[in-house]
Order: sequence, then C-alpha cells, then structure tokens
Amino acid sequence: MTTTPIKQSVTVNINGTQYTKEIPTYRTLVDFIRYDIGLTGTKEACSVGVCGACTIEMDGKITASCITLAVKADGATITTIEGVADGENLHPIQEAFINHGGFQCGACTPGQIMAAKALLEHNPHPNESEIKEWMMGNLCRCTGYYQIIESIQAAAEAK
Amino acid sequence: MHDFHFHAPSSLKEALDLLSEHSDDSKILAGGTSLTTLLKQSLIAPSHIISLHRIPGLNSIDLTDGHLNIGGLVTQREMELSALVQKHTPILAEAYKRVATVRVRNVATVGGGIAQADPAMDPPSSLLILNASITATSSNGSRTLPIHEVYTDYYETSLEPEEIITALHIPVQPEGTNWTYIKYLPRTEDDYATVSVAAIGKITDGKVADVRVALGAVAPTAIRANALEEALIGMQKSSLTHEKLKEISQTVTAIVDPTDDPRGSAWYKRDMSAVFTRRALEEVLK
Repeated sequence: MTTTPIKQSVTVNINGTQYTKEIPTYRTLVDFIRYDIGLTGTKEACSVGVCGACTIEMDGKITASCITLAVKADGATITTIEGVADGENLHPIQEAFINHGGFQCGACTPGQIMAAKALLEHNPHPNESEIKEWMMGNLCRCTGYYQIIESIQAAAEAK
Repeated sequence: MHDFHFHAPSSLKEALDLLSEHSDDSKILAGGTSLTTLLKQSLIAPSHIISLHRIPGLNSIDLTDGHLNIGGLVTQREMELSALVQKHTPILAEAYKRVATVRVRNVATVGGGIAQADPAMDPPSSLLILNASITATSSNGSRTLPIHEVYTDYYETSLEPEEIITALHIPVQPEGTNWTYIKYLPRTEDDYATVSVAAIGKITDGKVADVRVALGAVAPTAIRANALEEALIGMQKSSLTHEKLKEISQTVTAIVDPTDDPRGSAWYKRDMSAVFTRRALEEVLK
C-alpha cells in the first residue's frame, strides 16, 4: 500500500543560501539537509541525539539535527560544516583539527567542528575541563579525544 | 516515521483551539528533543503535532513575591545560565546543567521536560524539594498544580490531553541553606543516572532546622524521602555521625522501586540509593 505523505513547504537559509522545498512533515532536519538540499557533510550516526555527529548551528545555537523535524526549522538560519570555511580558506578550527590530529577517520569531525566552533564563540579561551564538559556529547569511535582537545586549544591560541 | 499534520500556531489561543479540536489524536511539541525521538522510534503515532515554537510570551523568567516564574518554553540551557535561577534556586540551575548535552539543552524546554515525566531526568527531584508548582492551561482556563501531583507514573502525568504547561513556579530557596545535586553515572557524563539525589539542608543552633531529600531514576517518578526528612528534623548535628547517617539513609530503600537496566540492576540501584542519600546528607547537614 502506498499513500502520498502529508507535505509542507519549508524555507530555510543554509550557509547563506535560501532554499524552499516541499517536504513530508516527518522529514528530520538531518535528512532534509543531506537528501533534499544535498549537503552531505552533516552525518547521522546514533539517530537519537546522543552522539553529536549531526550537530548543526540553527539560529545561533548548536542543535542535534537528527531529533529536529525539518518543518520546525521553517524560517530558520542554519550553518552546516560546509558553511564554516571562508571559500578556499579553512576555518582556524578546521586547520587546527588537521594539524593536531583531531581529524581522524572523519565520521565525527563535522559534528566535532560545529561543537568546537560554538564553544569558542561562547568561551574564546576554555580550559581543559571546560572543553571536556562542552565536548562530552560528541563521540569519536577512533577515541582520539586528546587530539581533539589539543586541536581546540590550538585553535583558541591561534585566535 | 508515520504521517502526521504539523501545526505551528502563532498564539496560545490558536494552539489551545487546535488541541481541543484534536485532543484525542495529537501531541504537543515544545523543544521536540524527546518527542521527535519517540516519533522516530514509532513509540507514538499521533495524526497531529502541535508545535509551540512560534507562541510568544512563554519564554521569560521573573521573580515576583518570592517565587521564580518560568515560562513553559524557557529552554533548559536558559535555566542553567539564568542569573535569577543561579541566585535564587542554585540547585535548579545545577540540575538543568546536568541534563544531557548543550546541544539538547539549547532546544529542550522546561515545560516539555515536565510533561515528558521521565523519572530519570535530572530536574524532577529538585523541583520536588523546592515545592514547585505548574500552571496548566486549556481553552477552559488555567489551573495550578503542585509538582508532586503532576508526576503519576513512568512518562505519565495528571495533565489533561488538551492542557499546555504555560509556567513553572518555584518558591526561592531559603537563605543560607546548603544544597547538593549528585548524580551517579557509571557510564558517561551525559547519561541518565543510575540514581540521583537532590537535597537541601540547614543547621540552626546545632540542630537540623530544614532538610529535604528527593531521589531520581529509582522509581516510576522522582520521589521525596518524607520519612527520612521527618526523622532528621530537630536532631542534634553532633549526633549525626557517619554511622548514624548511614542508618537513617537506609530507610530510602523501602520507598525506591527501581528496575534492571544497563545502568544497574534493581538491587544495586536500591543499595546505591542509600549510599548516595547518605553522601548528599553529609553535604547538606555540615
């Protein structure tokens, strides 16, 4: 049996570009970003808001896009990992992740960078325990946590 | 995920009208961090989702007549960071700070958390000992309910389907009270607790003048340790040795009703309830 899903029009600004799409009401924001918009930098891993892979910035605050309905984001301004670099110039946090081994297999990295960027905007010079407290919700299966902490410290110093 | 109609009313009245129209087959979405997870897991399948995110006027915190009045749509992150909450009910700022991660607290709301009624959440035990109350509003009007009458069972409340939690009211924490919120986490820092204990206490003239204790994650709702509080009130501080507090704390094992889960077996949680109650008492009755 197939039925036509209930759809709604959603307009969002993602990384400075305005998009309007007709989507099923049940679409999650991470699926909307990946499959309707085609920005696949944002990952979905745990699907229940625990692992941090799907972290995006929505109206100035980081949030888990896997437990957000896309229809709720209508009218929102969103930044994803694709909107972090300035053209060809990487963001200082991206540079630091590459230079200090924070970038490992890469699966968790977009979420780690979105979370780290929000941390440094909120607290430009966090100490190690503040970094751990803020980043505890971003899991890394490579377990490269110390390199991630070092990367964030290096990015804070570079500012 | 199943199909549903998504409504984003722009006023409380419009939301209440939608709720009375669809009360038998709708769910209210506030922050959505819990509800979206339940939808994704097909644990609920309402035909209508009524999102509160466009409703103005439910997101402020103010202090009037010795009470903090907190709008139902205030986020859990705002509770953690609010100077008013930190000053007047510091235990509550700490309890909200311990919920999940920043990413979740940025979106999850005070009203949504109360309505979700998960006994393992962090705030309920503190809300109980602060004698909090809520305002629930429907198209028939508003009523005020003490928090201990709100939670009735696992994920169950005494709220009617057409009611929205519009405000939370907290009498300010008495001056000079000690407080603690401890959360036993054998797995990860952002996890639900095996057992959590919220306590406030005050010693005046060498005697226990005030003590309030509630436990989370070890029963179908957060529970207040009334008998333990009654046993302690008026006791000489000098008599509260480690052994004595251990003996008194043992009484909570009679009121907890834990279940086995990956955070611990029922018998272990029962034992840890007494241990963490004793640790909380040592902190607040010093």
